[in-house]
Amino acid sequence: MSDPVSALNGAEFHGLIDVADAGLTGMITLRGNLGAAKAKKAVKAVTGTAVPAVGEVLGSGETATAWMSPDELLLIVPYAEVAQRVAKAETALAGEHAMVVDVSDARAVLTVTGSDAREVMAKLCPVDLSPAAFGKGDFRRTRMAQIPAALWMTESDQFTVICFRSVADYAFALLKVAAQPGSAVGAF
Amino acid sequence: MLILTCPYCGVRADETELSPGGEAHLTRHGPGSSDDDFHGYLFTRENPRGVHFERWRHAYGCGKWFHAARDTMTLEVFGTYPAQTTEPPRDICDAITARHPGWNWRDFS
Repeated sequence: MSDPVSALNGAEFHGLIDVADAGLTGMITLRGNLGAAKAKKAVKAVTGTAVPAVGEVLGSGETATAWMSPDELLLIVPYAEVAQRVAKAETALAGEHAMVVDVSDARAVLTVTGSDAREVMAKLCPVDLSPAAFGKGDFRRTRMAQIPAALWMTESDQFTVICFRSVADYAFALLKVAAQPGSAVGAF
Repeated sequence: MLILTCPYCGVRADETELSPGGEAHLTRHGPGSSDDDFHGYLFTRENPRGVHFERWRHAYGCGKWFHAARDTMTLEVFGTYPAQTTEPPRDICDAITARHPGWNWRDFS
């Protein structure tokens, strides 16, 4: 069998800030009634967190749970353990009207790191990214120029950005342009 | 620029993050209905200069449909509310009345 490869295959860019492929990331979509006891149990079993509140991401690093919509969560887990953790969630959700799908290879994950990271993201997204409005623990689905994207802060100067795999090149090119050396605006 | 607050995720979404869904609170007349009803459902739309009710979808966000009440002339937004309702909630009607006493839109006033 061929080896899995992330969409950007380790691409990096160093400019005003650093843009890098985050590599293979395990991602599981969970849809269903998030208030149900079985859904809470499933999230606990997969990522070890509670069910996040609206617009929130819980956990850190390789394992996290993010609120995607009133009936959808994104579970982020180590890539190698996806199949095993999907099975765990399915066991916990037995009998419940819910869906658990491995979407790891359908998406691309990038990291945007640097003191001007907020500024670079704010150039591309119609979101208030000032420190007062957006910080660690906030999760936002939005658009990045022409494509849908989701972003949250993993460090005080680092964003993690998720987009569809088919537009990963576009996302990377966008971030490269927005992070050209000397393009700082000084908005934040 | 139009900014609507999504009632599901609470995000103050820019117009570019939303997709428009036309007029709100239409009653669907399908098979078995009279020709007049079907014609009305399919073609008859309000086109007001002022208070209007619309459907919007938070397409780049949570993906859910919702309703918005706004003024087409001033772009003032009176409020947004979930799609699972056949009439605007009282507080939004009150907000419109405060600004436009005696307003009416289809059967609502």
